[in-house]
Amino acid sequence: MSAAGTTITISDPYRLARGPNLARGHGGGGPATKRVIVGYGFWLFLLSDIVIFACLFATYTVLANATAGGPRARDIFDLNHVAIETACLLASSFFCGLATIAVARRNQILIQAALIATGLLGLAFILLEASEFAALYARGDGPTRSAFLTGFFTLVGCHGVHVTAGLLWLGTMMAQFFAKGFRPDIGRRFLCFSMFWHFLDIVWVAIFSLVYLVGTRL
Amino acid sequence: MLGKLTWDAIPFDQPIPLISGAVVILAALGVLVWVIAKGWLPYLWKEWITSVDHKHIGIMYVLLGLLMLVRGFIDAIMMRAQQALAFHAQGYLPPEHYDQVFSAHGTIMVLFAAMPLVIGIMNFVVPLQLGVRDVAFPTLNSVSFWLTATGALLVNMSLIVGEFARTGWLPYPPLSELRYSPGVGVDYYLWAVQISGVGTLLTGINFVTTILKMRAPGMTYFRMPMFCWTALASCLLILAAFPVLTATLAMLTLDRYLGFHFFTNEAGGNAMMFMNLIWAWGHPEVYILVLPAFGIYSEVISTFSGKPLFGYRSMVAATLFICIVSFCVWLHHFFTMGAGGDVNAVFGIATSIIAVGTGVKMYNWLFTMYGGRIRFTTPMLWSLGFMTTFITGGMTGVLLAVPPADFLLHNSMFLVAHFHHVIVGGVVFAVLAGITYWWPKAFGYRLEEFWGKAAFWFALAGFYVTFVPLYVVGILGMTRRLQHYDVAEWRPWLMISAAGILVLIAGAICQMVQLSVSFLRRNELRDTTGDPWDGRSLEWATASPPPVFNFAVLPQVQDAEAFWDVKRRAREMHGSGSEPHYEALEMPRNSPTGFVCAFFATIIGFALVWHIWWLMIVGLVGAYATFVVFAWRDVPEYVIPAEEVARLDRANRIARQEAPYGASAI
Repeated sequence: MSAAGTTITISDPYRLARGPNLARGHGGGGPATKRVIVGYGFWLFLLSDIVIFACLFATYTVLANATAGGPRARDIFDLNHVAIETACLLASSFFCGLATIAVARRNQILIQAALIATGLLGLAFILLEASEFAALYARGDGPTRSAFLTGFFTLVGCHGVHVTAGLLWLGTMMAQFFAKGFRPDIGRRFLCFSMFWHFLDIVWVAIFSLVYLVGTRL
Repeated sequence: MLGKLTWDAIPFDQPIPLISGAVVILAALGVLVWVIAKGWLPYLWKEWITSVDHKHIGIMYVLLGLLMLVRGFIDAIMMRAQQALAFHAQGYLPPEHYDQVFSAHGTIMVLFAAMPLVIGIMNFVVPLQLGVRDVAFPTLNSVSFWLTATGALLVNMSLIVGEFARTGWLPYPPLSELRYSPGVGVDYYLWAVQISGVGTLLTGINFVTTILKMRAPGMTYFRMPMFCWTALASCLLILAAFPVLTATLAMLTLDRYLGFHFFTNEAGGNAMMFMNLIWAWGHPEVYILVLPAFGIYSEVISTFSGKPLFGYRSMVAATLFICIVSFCVWLHHFFTMGAGGDVNAVFGIATSIIAVGTGVKMYNWLFTMYGGRIRFTTPMLWSLGFMTTFITGGMTGVLLAVPPADFLLHNSMFLVAHFHHVIVGGVVFAVLAGITYWWPKAFGYRLEEFWGKAAFWFALAGFYVTFVPLYVVGILGMTRRLQHYDVAEWRPWLMISAAGILVLIAGAICQMVQLSVSFLRRNELRDTTGDPWDGRSLEWATASPPPVFNFAVLPQVQDAEAFWDVKRRAREMHGSGSEPHYEALEMPRNSPTGFVCAFFATIIGFALVWHIWWLMIVGLVGAYATFVVFAWRDVPEYVIPAEEVARLDRANRIARQEAPYGASAI
């Protein structure tokens, strides 16, 4: 699969500007490497997931004032609680970043430690979110109370389901590193996992801003 | 224990679904017994069910699509017959059954016939045209197929166990909410479409990655065949639109299962939000179907005119233009919502403008034929039939795009006639053209021409006789989905339409005869060279059927018409050059992951429809276990030694050198 008589590599940035691009996976040079293909495919998956969240954001915004006599956003949000949640999730992403470095250094102990920290902080986030939901339920302000609460529970809950799925994936990932070591395919899967975990941060930042910060001002 | 499922779910008192269901079950069991008796089960399991080869998956998609096309066509026959009979009478279908028939017809035709057919052809053709060995994610491809099959299975299950939705092919709330549709029909719809939608989304990811990241050396963007461009545009639309469907149906599911208030009448729900969301998927969806169809026509017209595609770059531009603008027109499906004159004007103009892209394509096809030496083969006839049909169908669309006209024609039979005009003339004709065109590549023999042409002429005539009268009754004021009526002026037109469906049945029979006759005569129709049509793109550069690795050596592309260019140079050099250097190849191993996933998805879907919660948990645990087992595999690939590659490729090279280029063409 050598490039058409040339040896141009992806790391040649100037070639991009000059004429037909013959770098591997960029047109002329034949199929891209597996790491590029897997990473690229996963990016596309994340983009499609972002479209799902976009629908939920749009729906929430449409329904935000449809409180049907029930509580409004500012009546139910506790910013301190949400701030701790946010801190947990962002810190867990920091440890996920450390795990990426550990994978690059092939340090099994550091990987397991960093992933455990990632997972525990993610779990703390989920438990905090669950306690917020449980408190709302207990007051009778569950998702069936009004269209606003329907939109709120679905948007935030969908993110929570993603984090929970991410935790299951994280456990599988730790087991794979432990049992199989640093195989290239496991490295590619970890690349996808870390992208997924950071993506959940981005979505959360949008939820934090649009739902909680804007909500308490409404 | 079994949730809502009781013996009442089986329609013992309704002969039509009971008998047809029994016939389907018996036929399926008969096929199974036959396969087991012949000892073909291991072969089917190894070569097809667990196959991750894009060619086999493509063929299975097409087979599924054809089966569902027949199912949807039977629904269509029932509806035309009902409307022919139900003048001042009840006809033979009671309303609750008729409503299920038209809902199932639309759902099946769009999501389980047209989609698998189009995706199947993409699966088979795109990697071959790109000159590569497989798609980016072969196992995921198998998962996609089997999830689509799961959806089709659930829809058909509803025929015998329970009922299907009575809401139309898009379950508009509040009718589809629990209060007004308490049965399991809408639930069947939701889970079938949701599960197959996940499969389609994965296909979109797979093909965008394949087309953008895996092409033969030298194949720059502007050297990709037109079908690959349209497949790319279609998959980009899948990527952006199918998540909207997933989200929207999930919201309706939450309304129905957990009492949420997205689209309900009470507690602030907003039903019109459903229409906006579902059409933000639904309108791109028609372009997801029709763009690859345009690609098929481009390949067929160029090949059988013996000329390069006219205006290749303008064709690419028109494709991408349609790809983007298709997201800016969804509101034309409900101008009557009351969004106001300004909003309606914007969407009306956008809708008219999107026709410009199609117009560009029409002229490109015309100029491709101009001055060419046209061979009127079956695929070419389908393409010509499409061009005439689609122009008139498209013009009725532009008429509907004018909001004041739409206010009169909204939800009328005129609309029904319009979208059948473009989808049958656009997508179904393309699929039949594509199947005939690529059949020799898939199976190694051409399809017989006489019965193929007969099928085309019956289908074309039957199409006009069936649908032109529906325009007329639409203008006479007939709304869609009427189970009975008492307006005398409509009657003759509906009788003509029913006669038209008889002509279409004749066409369908000719098509089946064509497939059988071709199979029986396969030895005289054999394609030994791999290039039966004097083709221009890379799929014709390999054997028919292609070896598992498609290309022994990845082709070096130097022109937009890669294979034509190779043949031209070979002619100049009086031969196809020396034997290439063969190397051992790594190919993905077959995997039952897709089939097992679909098995658990079927369990989950069925359990959710009937509220059997323990079974749902079993399904979810099984699906997660499948994921872990798949993640745990150690050797995802196997190696084909260089000698084996050489042996398989040499046979093809000899066959090609014996047949002078072009002489093998009709």
